[in-house]
Amino acid sequence: MPSKTDLLDLQFIEARHKLIELAAFLDRLDRAQGAPDFRLDALRAALPILMESRPDRARAVLVSFSDLSADPITTTTTQGAVGAPFPSTQP
Amino acid sequence: MRYIEPHAHMVSRTTDDYQNLALAGCEAVCEPAFWAGFDRSSADGFHDYFRQLTDYEPKRAAKFGIQHYAWLCINPKEADDPGFAREVMSLIPEFLACPTVLGIGEIGLNKNTRNELTIFEEHVQLALDHDLPVLIHTPHLEDKLKGTRLILDSLANFSALNRSKVIIDHVEEHTVAHVLDAGFWAGMTLYPNSKCSLDRAIDILEIHGPERLWMNSACDWGISDPLAVPKCALQMKHRRHSAAAIERIIYQNPRDFLSQSPRFVS
Repeated sequence: MPSKTDLLDLQFIEARHKLIELAAFLDRLDRAQGAPDFRLDALRAALPILMESRPDRARAVLVSFSDLSADPITTTTTQGAVGAPFPSTQP
Repeated sequence: MRYIEPHAHMVSRTTDDYQNLALAGCEAVCEPAFWAGFDRSSADGFHDYFRQLTDYEPKRAAKFGIQHYAWLCINPKEADDPGFAREVMSLIPEFLACPTVLGIGEIGLNKNTRNELTIFEEHVQLALDHDLPVLIHTPHLEDKLKGTRLILDSLANFSALNRSKVIIDHVEEHTVAHVLDAGFWAGMTLYPNSKCSLDRAIDILEIHGPERLWMNSACDWGISDPLAVPKCALQMKHRRHSAAAIERIIYQNPRDFLSQSPRFVS
């Protein structure tokens, strides 16, 4: 297993880049016109997980973007997924 | 470096990709039946597709010294109409005798509908009837966790199912433990923007260990990389994994699972 220093040498610039890209995306959304959107709400809800002290932040972020209903649905109007569940479908 | 690509949709890829796979050390490619990016309008369309998977594609791969194998089914994205799905499924038995067909897949769920679940269970029964391995697709993005749970609950009802002959694919951090703890194999798909990145797949490997785990590119017509597996192997090397550990995850593990089909020779 690599050390913390090894990992930072290998991936710090990449992680820094991704964080700045996310910050810029949020700034871009703030400058844009339009109605509120559940996907942005889902993104904002996931951000605090990054600051939590826990060993499974990636898992927790994925769960926060997941449909948490339990039963199969009767019909669907779409074949695709958008990355966050429609709030009206959530328990 | 030698490796097996256990999940790739080569009908959507160019011949250059076969050349690059061969250069990278790929010895075998396994191709599950999938959604072509648009819905086929008739069962005849699937008949042609199954012929392509079992006849044409093995010949194309062989030109580059690569073994090509197929899994057959109607994919979950086109399985929400049970009548149509059953018409397509009725075609499958005639192709099961083909020498490169490994099993039933990639079945599973897409939007987690009752109809998808019904057809999924009928596919599992088809595999049991013919004593075949099963490759299972889990849904995308927000639908994955729920779909994985529904699939696992459903499989628990098949008491005759040998769980070591079932791989549940496209696991991520929030589903991998569910799959492995239930005794199934788990597949990690390496995608640029969804599913697992190279480093997240290696994280999962480091946390859960290499037992019953493989990685694949699932390259298709979308944003995907047919060389994702050898690239992940290189990243494992950067993260100080041994050559033996790398060989296990990219060659030995898929070989162990796939060899449960007597058709698989590598």
